[in-house]
Amino acid sequence: MSGAPASGAAVPLLAVEGLKKHFPILGGLLRRPVAWVQAVDGIDFAVAPGETLGVVGESGCGKSTTARLLMHLVAPDAGTVRFGGRAINAPGGIGLSELRRQMQMVFQDSYASLNPRLTVADTIASAPAGHGMKRADAQRLAHDLLARVGLEPALFLRRYPHELSGGQRQRVNIARALALSPRLLILDEAVSALDKSVEAQVLNLLLDLKDDLGLTYIFISHDLNVVQFISDRVMVMYLGRVVEIGPVEAIYAEPAHPYTRALLDSMPAMDPDRRTTEPPLSGDPPNPINPPSGCRFRTRCTFAEAVCTAREPALDTVAGAKFAGHHAACHMARAGSGHSKAPAPGAGGDSANPVTAGARP
Amino acid sequence: MAAQPPAPAIATSASAATPTRGYWATVGRRLMRDRVTMACALVLALILLAALLAPLIAPHDPFLGRMPRRLRPFGILNSLGMSDNPRAILEHPFGTDELGRDMLTRILYGGRLSLFMGVTPVFNALVIGGLLGIVAGFLGGWVNTLIMRTIDVFYAFPSVLLAIAISGTLGAGIVNAIVSLTVVFIPPIVRVSESVTTSVRTLDYVDAARASGLGTLSILRVHVLRNVFGPIFIYATSLISVSIILASGLSFLGLGVEPPNAEWGLMLNTLRPAIYTRPEVAALPGFAILVTSVCFNLLSDGLRSAMDVRI
Ligand SMILES: Nc1ncnc2c1ncn2[C@@H]1O[C@H](COP(=O)(O)OP(=O)(O)OP(=O)(O)O)[C@@H](O)[C@H]1O
Ligand code: SF4
Ligand SMILES: [Mg+2]
Repeated sequence: MSGAPASGAAVPLLAVEGLKKHFPILGGLLRRPVAWVQAVDGIDFAVAPGETLGVVGESGCGKSTTARLLMHLVAPDAGTVRFGGRAINAPGGIGLSELRRQMQMVFQDSYASLNPRLTVADTIASAPAGHGMKRADAQRLAHDLLARVGLEPALFLRRYPHELSGGQRQRVNIARALALSPRLLILDEAVSALDKSVEAQVLNLLLDLKDDLGLTYIFISHDLNVVQFISDRVMVMYLGRVVEIGPVEAIYAEPAHPYTRALLDSMPAMDPDRRTTEPPLSGDPPNPINPPSGCRFRTRCTFAEAVCTAREPALDTVAGAKFAGHHAACHMARAGSGHSKAPAPGAGGDSANPVTAGARP
Repeated sequence: MAAQPPAPAIATSASAATPTRGYWATVGRRLMRDRVTMACALVLALILLAALLAPLIAPHDPFLGRMPRRLRPFGILNSLGMSDNPRAILEHPFGTDELGRDMLTRILYGGRLSLFMGVTPVFNALVIGGLLGIVAGFLGGWVNTLIMRTIDVFYAFPSVLLAIAISGTLGAGIVNAIVSLTVVFIPPIVRVSESVTTSVRTLDYVDAARASGLGTLSILRVHVLRNVFGPIFIYATSLISVSIILASGLSFLGLGVEPPNAEWGLMLNTLRPAIYTRPEVAALPGFAILVTSVCFNLLSDGLRSAMDVRI
């Protein structure tokens, strides 16, 4: 299966195949769909137990929609999600409520994801109480979890969301997500709204929690530095598709897809040697209602050729990849694809990576 | 390039311990500090009390007319040599109407029906319309389309015309007037509740509650109702003044309360011919309507700003 984790032996904790969601745009008197937003358009990936999968991509590429699809907050149009090897809502599979106990999510907007009328204690206790825990036990759990995420329970249990700072709110959101003892935590831009020092504290908290509780993370962010810091593997999305996935070293040192390369170039450069003469990513991404034919990135790709318009590149192993489990959806990464920069069929693993070639001295 | 090294973990310092209070306690405190709203609440409380206690405090029988005493001026004017009886100052402090009934008494009694006609249709519409709107907003889809398109039909008519048309069809009478006003107020309340509920339903905390496996009913109760009730209630209070005026209007047209009952709108109608001879007496019911509806409006505004606690 494409996009399998590098440590491929064990059963992945989460396996996603062909996941798809097109949102209708309603119009006219009868409010019929007049167009479809291809928010997530057939993505495959897997997450191994105990790893952190970083997800990056521009605004609107479908990261949050993917997270909501995984939580089944939005019904997918197509595709399968298997958790711990078990299909969801299938005979012999895992039920929705069991899935939501094992997989939890921290939402992008730390303020909107807290009910303004509930105290911190009630917010954290509501999920376990809803699953049948006694009220007193749920309140005690809220107390313990608050201490666990670094907030003094005596000070914070009775507070309301508007009495918290952004970092404190995000800690409460993390505590709420942990209340059901999940195995997988989806973090949608969990630290993006925080300033740098608070962000670092929350990242450290996440690392501690992961070690102590044996968690697996899907970490969505547009901050490539943070993703590099926290991830074991990284998935790059563009217009509802996965364009590249692989170990964090492969993505950051040997990006095989021009889009990944452009993202890395637009990252605040910490090392001047990496600066290149290639033009950075320019213009807005195309409209997800009418994505370009063939390769979706071709309208902004400096390497685009006829084959890129003609055929859509599949997400597959990068030719001559130096890292196992490195997949990209680009004709240049596929031997014999017809792209002039693609390695010749049968070429060895030492062929130069066309995407990073310009950067090498 | 090195991964960004995170700063060493600093023990989260809790900001200075502030005393926290519940939402309603905060709203109450803010209301107490709002002088205009408190003054309006006081005036309305007095009007309500006076209406309720009318049988005890009214100086005369509201239905007893005495033709020789028709259209007396305010008591104080009476004393300016127009009467040789010094007790006449207190006899009819606000004069008498076209049938010689005491105006103060009729205004006190009229408040009962006018307030009742102002509050009841809005309350009925709040229950019916609020329910429909919350259902439409929470369920969305075809249920929403069905409810909202039906409501749109009522929206095609101006509310005054709609009230007159329904009352005219049903005939005069208090119950019919209340029914027609209820029908008039349902559509706007449905619209407001639907839009408030739709916006709350799509907030992340509702999704977070769904994600943690809470059932639809507890989500509705804990996360939706608590957060939509305030705005819907505030909107409904702003309709009370409209309702008082529309009810008076119906009575004025002979479609609401019927004579000889005391109701401000009806009194305004029957005193109409006296507007040139005794303008102060003829205007009195209108003044009562004005003060009451303005107070309800200001109270609703005050509630709105007090309940808007978000920072
Ligand atoms: N409920 C919805 N109805 C219609 N379109 C939607 C809906 N939710 C998302 N979309 C569209 O789907 C696309 C992907 O949205 P999504 O929120 O997943 O992006 P994202 O990658 O999380 O972006 P960001 O980084 O800004 O959070 C966008 O074009 C968005 O407008
Ligand atoms: S397939 Fe072609 S257009 Fe797409 S990224 Fe590769 S080179 Fe660029
Ligand atoms: Mg998002």
